[in-house]
Amino acid sequence: MELNISIRKKLPHFDLDVSFSCRKSRLLALVGPSGAGKTTIIRIVAGLDRPDEGRITYNGEVWVDTDKNIFLPPQERHLGYVFQEYTLFPHLTVARNVAFSADNNEDVPSLLQRFNIWHLKDRKPDKISGGERQRCAICQAIARRPRLLLLDEPFSALDAVTRQNLRQEVRKLKRELSIPVIHVTHDISEALYLGDDVLPMVGGRIVRKWMVQFMLKGRSQERERFTKKMDGYGSRDRRDLSVLYDSLEVMQ
Amino acid sequence: MDLAPLYLSLKLAFVTTVVLVIVAAPLTYLLVYIRFAGKSLFEALLTLPMVLPPTVLGFYLLLVMTPQGNIGRFWKAVTGVPLIFTFSGIVLASLVYSLPFAIQPMKAAFEKIDRRLLESAYVLGLSPLSTFFRVIIPNAVNGLAASAILVFIHTLGEFGVILMVGGSIPGETKVASIAIYEAVEALRYRDAAMMCLVLVPISYLFLLLIDRLTRRRIYGT
Repeated sequence: MELNISIRKKLPHFDLDVSFSCRKSRLLALVGPSGAGKTTIIRIVAGLDRPDEGRITYNGEVWVDTDKNIFLPPQERHLGYVFQEYTLFPHLTVARNVAFSADNNEDVPSLLQRFNIWHLKDRKPDKISGGERQRCAICQAIARRPRLLLLDEPFSALDAVTRQNLRQEVRKLKRELSIPVIHVTHDISEALYLGDDVLPMVGGRIVRKWMVQFMLKGRSQERERFTKKMDGYGSRDRRDLSVLYDSLEVMQ
Repeated sequence: MDLAPLYLSLKLAFVTTVVLVIVAAPLTYLLVYIRFAGKSLFEALLTLPMVLPPTVLGFYLLLVMTPQGNIGRFWKAVTGVPLIFTFSGIVLASLVYSLPFAIQPMKAAFEKIDRRLLESAYVLGLSPLSTFFRVIIPNAVNGLAASAILVFIHTLGEFGVILMVGGSIPGETKVASIAIYEAVEALRYRDAAMMCLVLVPISYLFLLLIDRLTRRRIYGT
């Protein structure tokens, strides 16, 4: 199972131009400052936005090909998408939200138990906490046994403790689901904690690919290597990149 | 007191409400979610009955509803009876007259629904039609109810348009507002007062209900 993406899209402040692929059981983290184009990428992968040019294929199945005018609507991509916040259906209980498009309703109780929200199953989303809502959103996304999981800053609205707990759960989850996972975040420590591959982004471009297992040792060499490449970037992007590298070095 | 006009008013209001809620929901969907050329012109046209003098609207409806008019001719061909001065005729007129009152609260309710909910539904595999029934409608129930109530009381109070296209045929088109007017003309103040006394509390209660339904509900933390 492999997702291949190569897309270009004109955005108000810059051009998005990225290519990457993501294999099953691997979590690919897109990390960068807000406004780098990360969310636009996963919206395009989900079929909620269209690229100006490009191609997206999943296991050989073409989802988008602008040359051939192919565009598979989101309904037919069969993926799971966890948004930043507030996308549970307010009129349904937790259990019915998870069952909303579940592949098999028998999965629902075990999912709720696994994510510790079984006791909330009869509550409406506005009667549970932010962390509980995101657990529910994750359950909803995986209950339909998606072919690909997209996580768009799912923890950014949560407090630090809840965030850390959920990160641990997602880390476990990614090993169990044998599908590709794309995770968008502005938090580099989160990207390195969850990601197998990390793609730092600024100004609509992917700077390089960090394979987490190899890079944790040689961070300063990584910066050196990169400083040489900085010439190609504008001053704002350079500043963003320095911040990204600074936070990388501060991390233990 | 003759109860027939009151009964006729309630019947007219009920039929108009049921039909309008069903017709207005897809129209509102079109206005809120679909982009098309000439949308603002279309929306203004649908809102026009709200600002036109009822007699002007009634006059145009009269023209198209007579057996010589387009709609009147079509109706006669299909049903064998004329449209003008009949109950069906005043139902049709009420539908046009109250349409903007059905659309406005629904539009406000649809617009309050977070777009991300719809996107989430699409990603979860729902077609736009299923999303309409499974996500939009359940989250706009209060707006739909407010629409229904507003249409109901607005139709109860209708006078000018009905007078133009319905006249005052007892049991067919003589609704309460017209019966009140005629009672006053005939100096039967007592009859007029009785009917007014019934209409005022009904309208007032329904307005209170609308206020309850449309009060903002906040997605708490």
